[in-house]
Amino acid sequence: MDTALGIGIDALAYGMILFTISIGLSVMMGLMRVVNLAHGAFAMVGGYLASYAIRQIGLPYGVAVPLAILATVVIALPLEVLLFRRIYGGAEPLKQVLMTIGITFAVIGVMNAVFGPTIKPIPLPEALRGTVDLGFRTMAIHRLAVIGAGLAVALGLWLLIEKTAFGVRLRAAVDNPGMAAALGIRTERLYLATFALAVALAAFGGIAGAELMPIEPTYALKYMVTFLVVVSIGGAGSIGGALAAAIVVGLVDTAGRYLMPGLGTFFTYLAVILIVHLAPNGLLARTR
Amino acid sequence: MKSGAAALLLAAGFAGSAAADTIKVGVIAPFSGPFAQAGKNFKAGVEAYVATHGDTVAGHKVEFVYRDLDGPDPGKAKSVAQDLIIKEKVQYLGGVYLTPSAFAIAPMLEEANVPLVVFNAATSSITQKSPLIVRTSFTLWQTTVPLAKQAAKDGKKKIIIAVTDYGPGTDAEAAFRKTFEAAGGQIVESIKMPLATTDFGPYLQRAKDSGAEALFAFLPSGAPTVGFVKAYAESGLKEKGVALISTGDLTEEAGLPAIGDAALGMRTSFHYSVAHDSALNRAFVAAASKAIGNADELSFPAVAAYDGVYVITKMIEATGGKQDAKKAVQAVLGMVWESPRGPVKIDPETRHVTQTIYLREVVKDGGKLINKELSSVPDQPDWGLAK
Repeated sequence: MDTALGIGIDALAYGMILFTISIGLSVMMGLMRVVNLAHGAFAMVGGYLASYAIRQIGLPYGVAVPLAILATVVIALPLEVLLFRRIYGGAEPLKQVLMTIGITFAVIGVMNAVFGPTIKPIPLPEALRGTVDLGFRTMAIHRLAVIGAGLAVALGLWLLIEKTAFGVRLRAAVDNPGMAAALGIRTERLYLATFALAVALAAFGGIAGAELMPIEPTYALKYMVTFLVVVSIGGAGSIGGALAAAIVVGLVDTAGRYLMPGLGTFFTYLAVILIVHLAPNGLLARTR
Repeated sequence: MKSGAAALLLAAGFAGSAAADTIKVGVIAPFSGPFAQAGKNFKAGVEAYVATHGDTVAGHKVEFVYRDLDGPDPGKAKSVAQDLIIKEKVQYLGGVYLTPSAFAIAPMLEEANVPLVVFNAATSSITQKSPLIVRTSFTLWQTTVPLAKQAAKDGKKKIIIAVTDYGPGTDAEAAFRKTFEAAGGQIVESIKMPLATTDFGPYLQRAKDSGAEALFAFLPSGAPTVGFVKAYAESGLKEKGVALISTGDLTEEAGLPAIGDAALGMRTSFHYSVAHDSALNRAFVAAASKAIGNADELSFPAVAAYDGVYVITKMIEATGGKQDAKKAVQAVLGMVWESPRGPVKIDPETRHVTQTIYLREVVKDGGKLINKELSSVPDQPDWGLAK
């Protein structure tokens, strides 16, 4: 029983990290219909900047993290204006894939050249260090914090998209850009804001998840498939779907590796095949 | 007497100018991609040697030509080696971080008349792939066997093994199992973890449930080791008294700052610690730190490269600068010298380096985490080939 609970907690923490990073990708794929393979690269940039701000400049964690997220967005925005804007809408998937993977390789090269190839730790503040005793097992405090942060992100995003004027406009612009523009919605700005949000979420996820997925130059490629899996089985653009998918992936992966370590990630991919077979558009696809 | 010495000097000078005066050494290393850290260390090792010994050997200027080989890609390894041999006309090859690359290059050495001095690739069988391969690094059999013996000596009876599922992982597993079982211990379970694993929680939970008294682990240095050691520290295994023991790959100096205090108290076995206490090592660390730029990035591949260059200079001296791979390799068989890591020897049978393996513990020294040597086991051959 303790073992089952132990696996459950591990699965939840892993799932929440996956969710936090993947949700930005899901938003871009679902709302702007861009397969953004550079998403992991933005997560990585966030991690690098946070690590630099804390270790080299000496900023406290609470200041460094928001600054790193902001800086990542500032770095990414010109890319939106110059490049991403041209590939919205999903009409040219090949162009999207080639361009975004190209950006990924460029980011990997730049990070390696600027920061060097070693792993960059992001030192946690005193409050997030150490472990707590849950009765049946010990648990790192930062993992609990990650679970909380993931839930907060899910709730915040849902409120933003479903309950605010911004969300209403965004959904309108996505469903019918021509009509939305005719009604006076400035779709370009809206997309820019959404892009910024997706990048910010990636950077936040990269920083929060760095204990499990350490920040190093190949980060962007290494975890890309995992992020895409979460989005594809969750259904692009669906917050609930991404949440469910991240938890399913976390659970299947964790339990599979505990029960039959010899089979590696076999169960994860088996689950992906089954889910995609049963629900080709994902667990909770956005209905159009 | 005086005139004799002068004549000798003169003769040496003539010999030097008569043979072709720049000898090229090709260095194949990962300068980009996931192993770029190792490439930087290779280069730092080579540059440290040149900085301390100069770039002239027996009257010949030695020039190093670097080529990037970013991953375990045999096809690319072959073409990089060919490029160095044919276009750059190198007389010696050095470097090679990964086993598949060494395997790919081995078959072309005899025809090209070029020896290869391996600075890292640590699978036992590599030196058997060509009589022209000499290795100055280590093998997993070599570093694991003394650790397994120590574990048995410490009175451990039941151990669980967790290794990364690829060549060196398989070697580490086999070496530990064979040695520990021969000493009367029991391996309760052996887990092979996929290379791409990021969350090690489940494996550690399994270790907890297995009833083992200690966990022996091997993972390739880099991101995975950081995640693994942190997950171990958080798993509660330490409180339960289940020690984590491993080869030095897990507490490699370049990774220690990222692991942080979670590594404190970990015991490992390895052939080199940056903190090794000798005058020779202090001089090496100073030169190599200068070459690499950031002392925190200095790690074990640098010392293998440094010694590898020394071996190559001996080859150059023995052949008088002429390209004769067989004679060059012959000349270094059985060679004994003092390395920054301690006394080493090229085993004439296996052409692999025989060396002292140290049992170390991670401690804090002036705010910095180091691998402090507790005891040493001298003259360890490659147990994988010694059988």
